[in-house]
Amino acid sequence: MFDGISTQLLFSQLLIGLINGSFYAMLSMGLAIIFGLMNVVNFAHGAQYMLGAFVTWLLLDALGIPYWGALFIAPVVVAAFGLITERIVLKPLQDMDHLYSLLATYAVALIVEGLVRQQYGSTGLPYSTPIPGGINLGFMYLPWYRLWVVLFSLMVCVATWVLMEYTKLGAYLRAATEKPDIVESFGINVPRMITLTYAFGVGLAGLSGVLAAPVYQVSPSMGSTLMITIFAVVVIGGMGSIMGAVLTGYLLGIVEGLTKVFYPEAANMVIFVIMILALIFRPNGLFSGKERSL
Amino acid sequence: MTDHATGKVFAVDDLKAWYGESQALHGMNFDLGEGELVTLIGRNGAGKTTTLRSIMGIVKNRTGSIRFNGEDLINKRTFQIARAGIAYCPEERDIFSALTVSENLSLPPVLRPGGISDKDLLAQFPNLERRKGSMGTKLSGGEQQMLAIARILRTGSRFLLLDEPSEGLAPVVVKEIGQQLLKLKALGYTILLVEQNLRFAKSVADRHVLVENGRVVDVMTTDALEADMARVKSYLGV
Ligand SMILES: Nc1ncnc2c1ncn2[C@@H]1O[C@H](COP(=O)(O)OP(=O)(O)OP(=O)(O)O)[C@@H](O)[C@H]1O
Ligand SMILES: [Mg+2]
Repeated sequence: MFDGISTQLLFSQLLIGLINGSFYAMLSMGLAIIFGLMNVVNFAHGAQYMLGAFVTWLLLDALGIPYWGALFIAPVVVAAFGLITERIVLKPLQDMDHLYSLLATYAVALIVEGLVRQQYGSTGLPYSTPIPGGINLGFMYLPWYRLWVVLFSLMVCVATWVLMEYTKLGAYLRAATEKPDIVESFGINVPRMITLTYAFGVGLAGLSGVLAAPVYQVSPSMGSTLMITIFAVVVIGGMGSIMGAVLTGYLLGIVEGLTKVFYPEAANMVIFVIMILALIFRPNGLFSGKERSL
Repeated sequence: MTDHATGKVFAVDDLKAWYGESQALHGMNFDLGEGELVTLIGRNGAGKTTTLRSIMGIVKNRTGSIRFNGEDLINKRTFQIARAGIAYCPEERDIFSALTVSENLSLPPVLRPGGISDKDLLAQFPNLERRKGSMGTKLSGGEQQMLAIARILRTGSRFLLLDEPSEGLAPVVVKEIGQQLLKLKALGYTILLVEQNLRFAKSVADRHVLVENGRVVDVMTTDALEADMARVKSYLGV
């Protein structure tokens, strides 16, 4: 390999890149689904992801419900929160400029983050891994939980993609993304579909939060720091393209990891450099035009 | 089922509609009997499309009454109006580019019994059968128009709003669409057709509602229209 760079370091950074990429992919996919149907950039996505992690922590701390229970309960709780947010905050704004909705989701993010911080403080809360141990592959040590995160998020992305591309519900969603009025004129309850889609996207953020709890510290700001990167991913992949969001998410996670190996000083900004290049050379996103646009 | 008071299946009364501050419809009045094919005729910008979009509730800022099967639809939402049994084929055809031809065709849900099955639709529109797997907007204009009509027939709705299906199409295609409309009429469908092509309108319709500046200025049977073409042409500005 390269001089001075051990395979050990290379593979461990690759793994970290893949882990981060899993979160980028799942979060930007939810963002893309919501944006596709509602034309609203959901600035609350990071806070909803944080909420997923917090609910996971709370379930264990207050009710003694372990990770595997939280994996089902927390996303549902966060999705319900999304459903209420859509009904109370976004629905009344839907006939106005989408900028109002965007600002409203930002307000929701600040409120949620503020409340959690006030209640639990800013320091991170630890959450121990539900699958301790790992395997030594010779060239690297692979913790089981990390393998689980990569495989599970991949499964969620593939399942969501299949749902969108190959089911009737997905066809309704793709159609309503293009022309909601016409879909509604077929007798489909599009307003309800919008509410449920928002809740679904928010639930995905909550699910990412559950996965994240044992990997990162559970803290009120864990979402807002991640969101900046997620927006870059969505801009690079193409607003509203599911496939684009997922592929770009994994790709950028890996690029970021490799940059840490070969040029660590640039690791924190490589994604944003790519974003600027993408904006200049492929302003509609890397994957627009090639994929069906959702 | 018709409205017992009027004997009409569909009636619009004093329909007014606005786009923001500007008023597009200034009190439209007209009706349709069961199984009737009626056209809305008028020059560009007269308010024909707005009338159909107001009936469907897509233009939401509207007043007056829209009675269908004895029920007033003015306060209903678009999807409820569709479920009441009205199907809409828009002027822009609005085929979905992210969906294949067969996905486009089978998108509208079956709302009531009596809809035409996908198999029969493909038999009735052979061009669509041949291009089933293509993406919707890769079809020619005429094929897209066929698809836009075909897809609403599967819902089972018996009242169709068709916005200028002949627009921009070659004469042979217009003729084919005319034959399809006559077939639907023979099957008992009630049809409100927006049309600027007078020859086409005369060949398929029973009556004609002449629209000018968001108002109904005259209603004529096809025979009366035939007898007074000069008058009609003055409304159309041709
Ligand atoms: N989305 C809109 N916003 C503002 N005004 C509109 C809009 N759509 C139509 N109008 C206006 O409403 C009036 C009626 O338009 P409409 O589209 O109903 O006419 P039309 O009879 O269908 O014309 P055409 O034969 O060209 O299709 C026109 O003055 C038009 O400029
Ligand atoms: Mg029109």
